[in-house]
Amino acid sequence: MRVPIADFLVLSGILFAIGTAGVLVRRNALLIFMSVELQLNAVNLTLVAFSRMRNELNGQVLAFFSMVVAAAEVVVGLAIIVSMYRRRGSVNVDDASVLRG
Amino acid sequence: MAELIVFWVFAPLAVASGIAMLLQRNAVYSALFLVVNFFALAVFFLMLGAEFLFAVQIIVYAGAIMVLFLFVIMLLGVDREERLVEPIRWQRPLGIFLGVGITAEIFAAVRAGVGFAAKAPGGFALVNQGGNAQAIAKVLFTDYFLPFEITSILLIVAAVAAMVLAHRRRGAVSGPPPAGPARPQPDREAEVAG
Repeated sequence: MRVPIADFLVLSGILFAIGTAGVLVRRNALLIFMSVELQLNAVNLTLVAFSRMRNELNGQVLAFFSMVVAAAEVVVGLAIIVSMYRRRGSVNVDDASVLRG
Repeated sequence: MAELIVFWVFAPLAVASGIAMLLQRNAVYSALFLVVNFFALAVFFLMLGAEFLFAVQIIVYAGAIMVLFLFVIMLLGVDREERLVEPIRWQRPLGIFLGVGITAEIFAAVRAGVGFAAKAPGGFALVNQGGNAQAIAKVLFTDYFLPFEITSILLIVAAVAAMVLAHRRRGAVSGPPPAGPARPQPDREAEVAG
């Protein structure tokens, strides 16, 4: 393994920051959701890199669980976005300024 | 040496596709850039000795999740460009500033915690003995057996929740509502009248 472990960590930090900026800057609910996926993936990369660094598999198992939870989250989140679109005719998060449907 | 080349090819690719996703105005292109990003991350998983997660990443993320995303984008017909008027004036510069700030913070944390030169120790082949999937299965079905079972409950709950949320009530108008302010709901009108 010639690549220092810190390179993976810094890369995943940059990806996480891109995802953060996406959540903060974009207005389309689908784009915000994609940015959250990017953040989750960046954290998965961190987990796998630490698993390699510590020579054990707990990090990989945790990344696996996080993928499963992300899949469940995507299903529910997209259903919420679809029902929000049905209600308001838009997926712009600024239009969803009232909690009650 | 080969590892260094692979890393320095795919790391800029991952960052560039992430930034492209962020800047792209069309949601479909954003989703496709995100697929590129997921593939690049899968390559990193392979480099780090996580062959099982490499396969899962491509099948679940690049396959299932992104297809679901594209499906919803096409279903809603929101592949038109979003409007760029910012209701909060300073939100965009502040968002970019916070993104840069968190990058700097992570740089500092990695430098203090791991060090930029720390190489991974050898002997990972011993951990992965008999294959990465088998080794993960051994950990998953012993130490993490209860969380694994709870995961199955989570997936069932998510599937039921998606059906409940996306279910169209009988008598509802078919097709998306016209753009603009929300229509008054018939049942709420009845509520107010009664």
